[in-house]
Amino acid sequence: MNILNLFVIIPMLTVGGILLTKDLKQSRLVSAIGMGFQLILSFVLVYLYLKERQAGNTAAMLFTYDALWFPSLNIHYALGVDGISAAMIALTGIVVFAGIFASWKMELLPREFFISLIILASGVFGFFISLDLFTMFLFYELAVIPMYLLIGIWGSGPKEYSAMKLTLMLMAGSAMLLVGLLGIYFFSSPDPHALTFNLIEISKAHIPIGMQRFLFPFTFIGFGILGALFPFHTWSPDGHASAPTAVSMLHAGVLMKLGGYGAFRVAIFLMPEAAHEQAWIFLILTAISVVYGAFSAIVQTDLKYINAYSSVSHCGLVLFAVLMMNQTAMNGAIVQMISHGLMTALFFALIGMIYGRTHTRLINEMGGLMKVIPFLGVVYVIAGLASLGLPGFSGFVAEMIIFVGSFQHTDLFHRVITIVAASSIVITAVYILRVVGTLLLGPIKNDHFLHLEDAKWYERISTITLVIAITAIGTAPYWLTDMINYSLVPIVQKLSSIQLTSLY
Amino acid sequence: MDYTYTLFIPLVPLFVFLILGLLGHKMPPIVAGLIGTLGLGLSAVLSYFTAMNYFWTSHVPETAYTSIKGFEVPWLHLTEKLTIHLGVLIDPISVMMLVVITTVSLMVHIYSIGYMKGDPGFYRFFSFLSLFSFSMLGLVLATNIFQMYIFWELVGVSSFLLIGFYYEKPSAVAASKKAFIVTRFADLGFLIGILMLSFNTGTFDFQTLTDPHGPAIAQAGGVAFMGMSVLTWSLIFIFVGGAGKSAMFPFHIWLPDAMEGPTPVSALIHAATMVVAGVYLVARLFPVFALGAPDALHVVAWIGGFSSIFAAVIACTQTDIKRVLAFSTMSQIGYMMLALGVSGYGGEEGLGFMASNFHLFTHAMFKALLFLGAGAVIHAVHSNEIGDMGNLRKYLPITHITFLIACLTIAGIPPFSGFFSKDEILAAAFRDNKLLFAIEYIVAGLTAFYMFRLYYGIFWGKKTHYHHTPHEAPKVMTIPLLILAFGSVFAGFLPFHNLVTSDGKGFESHIDWMIAIPSVLIGVLGIAIATVMYKSETAIPDKMAQSFKHLYKWASRKFYMDEVYLFVTRKIIFRYISMPIAWFDRHIVDGTMNGIAGITQYAAYSIKGLQSGKLQQYAFVFVSGTVILVLIFVYLV
Repeated sequence: MNILNLFVIIPMLTVGGILLTKDLKQSRLVSAIGMGFQLILSFVLVYLYLKERQAGNTAAMLFTYDALWFPSLNIHYALGVDGISAAMIALTGIVVFAGIFASWKMELLPREFFISLIILASGVFGFFISLDLFTMFLFYELAVIPMYLLIGIWGSGPKEYSAMKLTLMLMAGSAMLLVGLLGIYFFSSPDPHALTFNLIEISKAHIPIGMQRFLFPFTFIGFGILGALFPFHTWSPDGHASAPTAVSMLHAGVLMKLGGYGAFRVAIFLMPEAAHEQAWIFLILTAISVVYGAFSAIVQTDLKYINAYSSVSHCGLVLFAVLMMNQTAMNGAIVQMISHGLMTALFFALIGMIYGRTHTRLINEMGGLMKVIPFLGVVYVIAGLASLGLPGFSGFVAEMIIFVGSFQHTDLFHRVITIVAASSIVITAVYILRVVGTLLLGPIKNDHFLHLEDAKWYERISTITLVIAITAIGTAPYWLTDMINYSLVPIVQKLSSIQLTSLY
Repeated sequence: MDYTYTLFIPLVPLFVFLILGLLGHKMPPIVAGLIGTLGLGLSAVLSYFTAMNYFWTSHVPETAYTSIKGFEVPWLHLTEKLTIHLGVLIDPISVMMLVVITTVSLMVHIYSIGYMKGDPGFYRFFSFLSLFSFSMLGLVLATNIFQMYIFWELVGVSSFLLIGFYYEKPSAVAASKKAFIVTRFADLGFLIGILMLSFNTGTFDFQTLTDPHGPAIAQAGGVAFMGMSVLTWSLIFIFVGGAGKSAMFPFHIWLPDAMEGPTPVSALIHAATMVVAGVYLVARLFPVFALGAPDALHVVAWIGGFSSIFAAVIACTQTDIKRVLAFSTMSQIGYMMLALGVSGYGGEEGLGFMASNFHLFTHAMFKALLFLGAGAVIHAVHSNEIGDMGNLRKYLPITHITFLIACLTIAGIPPFSGFFSKDEILAAAFRDNKLLFAIEYIVAGLTAFYMFRLYYGIFWGKKTHYHHTPHEAPKVMTIPLLILAFGSVFAGFLPFHNLVTSDGKGFESHIDWMIAIPSVLIGVLGIAIATVMYKSETAIPDKMAQSFKHLYKWASRKFYMDEVYLFVTRKIIFRYISMPIAWFDRHIVDGTMNGIAGITQYAAYSIKGLQSGKLQQYAFVFVSGTVILVLIFVYLV
């Protein structure tokens, strides 16, 4: 049996298992076992993938599986992974696992909560393993829809408003995406009887340049909305602020990555000419995201808003690097997706844990927490240092690859925009240190906080898993980047093979 | 000769850091302190062994010192040409730095066992010290500029952690933030410089970059922007990073505030090691500067020269003893930068290079001694203010003598080590630029003056009544003072001109008495003025302050640089950039999205009446529609 099918089957079995459970204790146990198994499976996949490559398999996609699903439109259930998707799957496995432990005390409707969470996760897994655009889109929707329930029911604050806003904006993105994907389908082959949704086959064909010019913005913005592209990012602060902890973790950690991954794998890979032509517009937008998100984060007072804007900034860097369209920068984009996924999941987990103790998320009302909850405090500092790009953590690796990659363009426009994006490392330091200084250091402001309990065992599992992943990438990045680089070669070849008219 | 073992010089402190960081809270404090100290001791022994080996044992006399890669592994592939490696590079300056760092760090470790006694964060302190030592050793051993950048950031964060060690004090938190952000801003320049340099040369590697026939220096020609070559620009950007870390004007503002950290930290990081990283960076890339971009070197010289006099003037007016020392550090680092800036490459031309490293070495000894001495004083009187001290020579005899030695050393009085290194710098400046030379003469006088103002203020001066009789520090603190005093006295006799030179070859060097005698005299003059003014309580200082009212006020307020920075950060960045952006995001961008939603909803409400489900209404609309159509057809068509 193909290993990739398991990535869809295990979540289904887990959901089935949760349906049989009666209370919180049982359902969280089933979820933890199921997702623990999924985590192991992700690493097995990475291991098998690397083994296969060492054995000399040079196919672009490994572990492929294909079943015809809807013959009249030639829709397949086609699966396959390369180094990039394998890495993304490992990320998802880690974040989902950590997310289950972060919602260990979900008292309200626990069964329904875990079911929705795992359906969301299965959508993400399915998205990363799909090779068929239609199936990919289906999994994408599967991941987005539970979000509405998760925020609307288990959220806090103006949750209905936030849930509605998030869902509607992402649906608008989906609608644009659908236009893009159908357009790609209808021009996937000159022969009207050989139209296909298969990613690899379309990449070999050539979509007429006129169509590309029209379809590229739809596809890129469609994915870009999920990747918090300026000015379509405003669902992110409200959505994250209202979402329960695990949902924020999953959403910022992996769901936003669907945007970056899709923009890279579908929009740019399939429509390289249009991408080259229009890159400058989106480069400007993403550079704005990077700097603007960071500046906005400086003045926020709600921890979740700070982190949401920080995500806008970091995810902006992902799309920024993707648009640089060379091997190094794209590699950096993938690493940044993984790095940001881990860091932001860690942040949201910690914010949830702190909120659970202090019942406030406003940094001005807190202070000196390091003294009372040292474990959470230290992990928060680690997350902050990782986020501001300290060597030894994943963020540094990702940012440096991106900047070096972007600097390979010699023209003034790219140079200037790279320096603008690079300046975010200073602004990031400002808001991270501001939060750390106000929240954790200094004197204790509120006497109620003197008796807070430090992290429980399940909270430690959740945070330590993420910290290990962040440091592993930060100290030994070569295994990850080499894996990604190998799979980037055919993509970059395609991008550079096209006829480049003088654009800049 | 195989230098693989040098790998353990940084790795031992790293290992100690991990042990103390993870398990330190379960240990009795003294065990944590001993583990830290022994770990560093091991590094120190290895460093001395390396130095012996490199400079003497395995060196063939009469040949040039070469740079050797002891170890190197690829860490991250970036592009086809560029790969980041991690490794150790052994050459005269890195070996010299190993000795400096491990010596001072070991002294500070021993001293801290006494100084930090009873502090609840004892193990944390030692784990941070180990982290810092690891990062700093990694920085000096870097084989390539990117590795240096990696460790550059790590020393930055260790400095941040140690300045904010007393994290319950808001002032310490603010100081640590300021230090990190200001240096981070400068590091952005460093990063851009690295990107430019590596893109144009295709390498990060120091050996390739500094090769006089290598790709970097070949880039020297050509004009890119504002009359300077790409190489010059990239080196200037890199120097910005160095200026940030070394507290050169205008990035110096973090250094005085950094004194919020525990005093041993100030001695280690903010006097002897981390703050000279900028000097080390320029020295590391020196052949590129000297052969490829003399313009960039002029920038280094002038920034160094200006910082040295700027800081010296401020130092004369400060009343917090640690801040006096902080500005003194800035001034002395300015000296080192200037020496590099006026130096040429090769043989005697490289006098400035040698002098800079020489001064770095002697300065590390005497400045660490001054800070540790100040720590012993603070330990005794529980205050940093010069006004709370006086007449302490009776109570603290060992501290008094060692502090006096350090003051004489920094004032450049022979035969102490500062005399020799300062003299070489002045000689180098004299050859190259008379104006800078003159500035340095003035600085030499000012240095002697403010140091003895400090010395008399602490150990002589008015009779102060203390609540508790001050007592000398315990042996664990005074022994490091004595060892460093020994170093300060005798380090001047080291034959630096044969060991650490710009091209690895030794050259003849002798004291130029035409320069040395006036410099000693101006030092003595400074001491004399300080003696008259401060030895016993007189009214002269106040009168002086009165007659130079404006200058005094400006200098004591540090020329209002802090206020300028506050204006930029608080007002401009926070209020005029961030707040409007956040407002714009909430009200304009998000407002548009909400507006679209609102319009949709409004439209829906407006047309909702049409779908009422009432049959009579539908029939009515249908009939009226038909009637209207019929009327239109009848009358209009």
